[in-house]
Amino acid sequence: MISFKMPSLGADMEDGTLAEWRKQPGDKLTRGEIIADVETQKGLIEIEFFGEGILEKHLVSEGQKVPVGTVIALINQEDESEESPVVEIPPSSWEAPIPSSEKLSVSESKVSTPVRASVERIKISPLAKKMAEVNQVDVSVIQGTGPEGAIVKEDIERFLSSREKPEVTPPSSKIEIPEQSRPSVPHHESIRMAVAAAMSRSHREIPQYYLEKRVDMSKALDWLKEANKERPIQKRLLPVALLIKAVAKALDEVPDLNAVWENGLQRMNEIHIGFVVSLRSGGIMVPAILNADVKTVDEIMETLNDLIPRTRAFKLRSSELSQSTFTITNMGDGGADKVFGIVYPPQVGIVGFGEIREEAVVEQGMIGIRPVMDVTLAADHRATDGLIGGKFLAALNKHLQNPESL
Amino acid sequence: MSQEIRLTYREALKSAIREALLKDEKVFLMGEDVGHYGGAFAVSKGLLQEFGPDRIMDVPLSESGFTGAGIGAALAGMRPIVEIMTINFSLLAMDQIFNNAATLSHMSGGQVNVPVVIRMGCGIGRQLAAQHSHSWEPFFAHVPGLIVLSVGTHEDARGMLLSALESPDPVILFEYTSMLNLEGSIPGDAGKVDIQKAKIRREGKDLSLITYGTGVYKCLEAADLLAKEGMDVEVVDLRVLRPLEEDTFLQSVAKTHRALIVEDAWKSVSISSEVSSRIMEKAFFELDLPVERLCGVEVPIPYPKHLEDASVPQVQDIVSRVKKMLKP
Amino acid sequence: MRLNKSNPAPSLTKAEGLRLLHQMTLIRRFEEKSAEVYTETKIRGFLHLCVGEEAVAVGVSQALQEEDYVLSTYREHGHALARGVEPKSIMAEMYGRLEGCSRGRGGSMHLFDSSKNFFGGNAIVGGHLPLSVGMALASKKQGKKNVTCCFFGEGAAAEGEFHESLNLAALWQIPVLFLCENNLYAMGTALKFTHSEQHLEKKGPAYGIETDVANGMDLLDVMTKVQKAVAYIRETGKPYFLVCYTYRFRAHSMFDAELYREKSEVEEWKKKDPIPQFKAFLLKEKLITEKVIEAMEAEAERQVQEAIDFAENGSWEKVEELDRFVYSEKAAI
Repeated sequence: MISFKMPSLGADMEDGTLAEWRKQPGDKLTRGEIIADVETQKGLIEIEFFGEGILEKHLVSEGQKVPVGTVIALINQEDESEESPVVEIPPSSWEAPIPSSEKLSVSESKVSTPVRASVERIKISPLAKKMAEVNQVDVSVIQGTGPEGAIVKEDIERFLSSREKPEVTPPSSKIEIPEQSRPSVPHHESIRMAVAAAMSRSHREIPQYYLEKRVDMSKALDWLKEANKERPIQKRLLPVALLIKAVAKALDEVPDLNAVWENGLQRMNEIHIGFVVSLRSGGIMVPAILNADVKTVDEIMETLNDLIPRTRAFKLRSSELSQSTFTITNMGDGGADKVFGIVYPPQVGIVGFGEIREEAVVEQGMIGIRPVMDVTLAADHRATDGLIGGKFLAALNKHLQNPESL
Repeated sequence: MSQEIRLTYREALKSAIREALLKDEKVFLMGEDVGHYGGAFAVSKGLLQEFGPDRIMDVPLSESGFTGAGIGAALAGMRPIVEIMTINFSLLAMDQIFNNAATLSHMSGGQVNVPVVIRMGCGIGRQLAAQHSHSWEPFFAHVPGLIVLSVGTHEDARGMLLSALESPDPVILFEYTSMLNLEGSIPGDAGKVDIQKAKIRREGKDLSLITYGTGVYKCLEAADLLAKEGMDVEVVDLRVLRPLEEDTFLQSVAKTHRALIVEDAWKSVSISSEVSSRIMEKAFFELDLPVERLCGVEVPIPYPKHLEDASVPQVQDIVSRVKKMLKP
Repeated sequence: MRLNKSNPAPSLTKAEGLRLLHQMTLIRRFEEKSAEVYTETKIRGFLHLCVGEEAVAVGVSQALQEEDYVLSTYREHGHALARGVEPKSIMAEMYGRLEGCSRGRGGSMHLFDSSKNFFGGNAIVGGHLPLSVGMALASKKQGKKNVTCCFFGEGAAAEGEFHESLNLAALWQIPVLFLCENNLYAMGTALKFTHSEQHLEKKGPAYGIETDVANGMDLLDVMTKVQKAVAYIRETGKPYFLVCYTYRFRAHSMFDAELYREKSEVEEWKKKDPIPQFKAFLLKEKLITEKVIEAMEAEAERQVQEAIDFAENGSWEKVEELDRFVYSEKAAI
């Protein structure tokens, strides 16, 4: 039995009105026979049947208008079991040669080199510049937060409000550090203040929920061991590089967590993973590993090797501090089994990795010793719910169980 | 480096065609009046006598027909140079250029390619009135699949055709009739040129003049005048209008932080619109001033000399605009 | 209509007869199946079928050689099949699959297969006539002996390109066959409403081009006329204009209520259906048996089904390859 549908005769045909049934139940249908007339925007069109069979039943009555794809009749198809004889069709007088399967390589896409910023120049958007002139602001004392560290409207506004009320610490959503060019500012104090401001804001504004999952790290560690065999010492991978990559991939699958909460949830297009670095002088800074989802584990490791020393030496560019879209805090060998982060506004989630340790694990009724790690997620409940958070941890676990695909 | 030689823009164009004909017997020139008449602008004068009617083909006034035939011959392995007498008549061949030359490679999944070169005389400034004074460069530059080149210097008049004839894809070559008698110097051994990148024709640090075609000499002249008043401007010759090469002008803007784009074509939806957008997209934070443009006034180009001159940017217009930008 | 019946029918072997009948049948089945899967939305865009016009496609193609060039219109499935383009790769093309003859880039209206010297699938009416002139010009310049065959409909004869191309071809004396499939309707407008001179064959001599007409519903007549035309072109290197009077039994494209013609007219023409006609001829001449016909039809059916299966299982070109071939990947020459 086949379902005969209102045919689609063009993308611009949405429905048709069954004007007349030309075939009745019990009628035999041969190939190409007109089964019905259908009224369309373009006029009456004959609807043909492309097979053979017997009309079983009309499902749509005359005058009824139905959308394309609606079953309008049932048709009983006869069994065509008889064997057709075989014939060999003689070839034409010439046969074109089989085209050589020439290998076509994708042409290298032309990547235009980004315009290099001139080093000493202060970048400022045209609007910010105008505002600075009107308000007689010396832009050289302002830290830009726009693309490439440029000074944008908000920076001027922030500066102006702090100038008006100098006794109040300006609410800051960013942990800002002074640039090395201004060494007179004491680093640790300003960093402490910035951490305090950001964490206070988080606590004040963000209703957070917490989830936790234990992850078996044996596959990941085995993979690292194998991978490191072929690598020279300076290129060896640490577990954290793998964790960053796994987080980036999981965010790709659960994009609601790669977002900011600013007048509602706004997903970010790129995945920049902020990585909490503890400073020797106290305080923390969170440099970003840009586009971690498209970097290889090796590239992430390289980035870390570059970023961490520079962070501790206060040699970061401000853009490296302002771009992260999600944060990781990692205990490493720090001793704690679990770490519950505090969401870093305006981001909506932070994942915490506890120390990897050996635990007794029950698997298929057997007890074994496995390296495990407790992973936590703190997330902004305004932006997402526990279901999303759970999905994220599940995705993260999945990636860590398949380290070879990272 | 061989000695410099002086020659006109016309002589440079002609010597390139001649060299191409001598070098490759698949090359032939077809166009209205290219043979017996000697070329509407005398660019091909004498070539019929030298190469004969099979290589220098006069064609009837059938722009769509002969341009399509050039495309067909390219499909079948020839290297035609199609001359459309002026860009004004190219409208009659647009279907062939846009629907055939530009699409066949992509639409056939890379099975065929169209190595045709289509030259056309362009430009404003000879009192030819509205129907013979069009600047359609932006139309062509709009279409993916074409390589669109603008011949703004003697060096390019000598070299661009030779390079275009090595391209596997259709090349549109704009030649400027008002420059034909202009003398310039090129190295005696000048030949093929790069046809992928724009070129800095004059270095400067205060402002980038970005232009093509007849704008190149106008901007260079303006730059000389400005230099006398202490303003150091850079002149960027875009040369390649499609695929538009942006690194050169973006780097220039990153250096000077100021840009003025100059072209004869009407301002709306023009090459300058595109260049300005790219600067905005990719060098926004390098800008110290809004990008400005000097373009054709949006009227059908009139016949009287004073009105025609007023319709397109002149050297003095460039000078005063730059001054206004640099010393407000 | 001036249909010249005076030419003797070409002599056919059994094998040739079977092959020609099979080609026409394959085209018909292929087109019917295309219509069917179109209604299931497997094929989209425009779909122009040539049911009724098979004798022209097959009759012309049998006279051409491997090295000849063929250019066609947007109603070109029959031409492509008769030219030997694989049914599988055509169906996959219409499904938009990477395995299609144009990587799925062109669809129904843009079949290309350079291995068969088949250059489209050109969908701007009249736009490919100048291309055919250029290809034939190249052959002449290169000293090749091949013929360029350019199919177009009578609608194209109203375009400037038709006149420009005939003039250029005659002027340059180049080996091109202008093959007009006159199916009497330019989309939905009848010949009588679009041409002041409805005998299009009069337009050839006006340009000094050798011209003939053929009964496009009669395979033998098409074969005879085309063989003569191609022989003339090969011998003289000059152009030739052949008008085949034919008829499409189906609508212009899929979504067409056919308001512009009477059903009785279509029924009249269906009586001249080239396939039963040729079948009857072969049976009468004892060049084929009912049994062989049955087997041949089953084979055509199988080929079409194989094409559908191939297309259904085809893959999609990766979006990352969207801009491949905007510029040729062939090296500079």
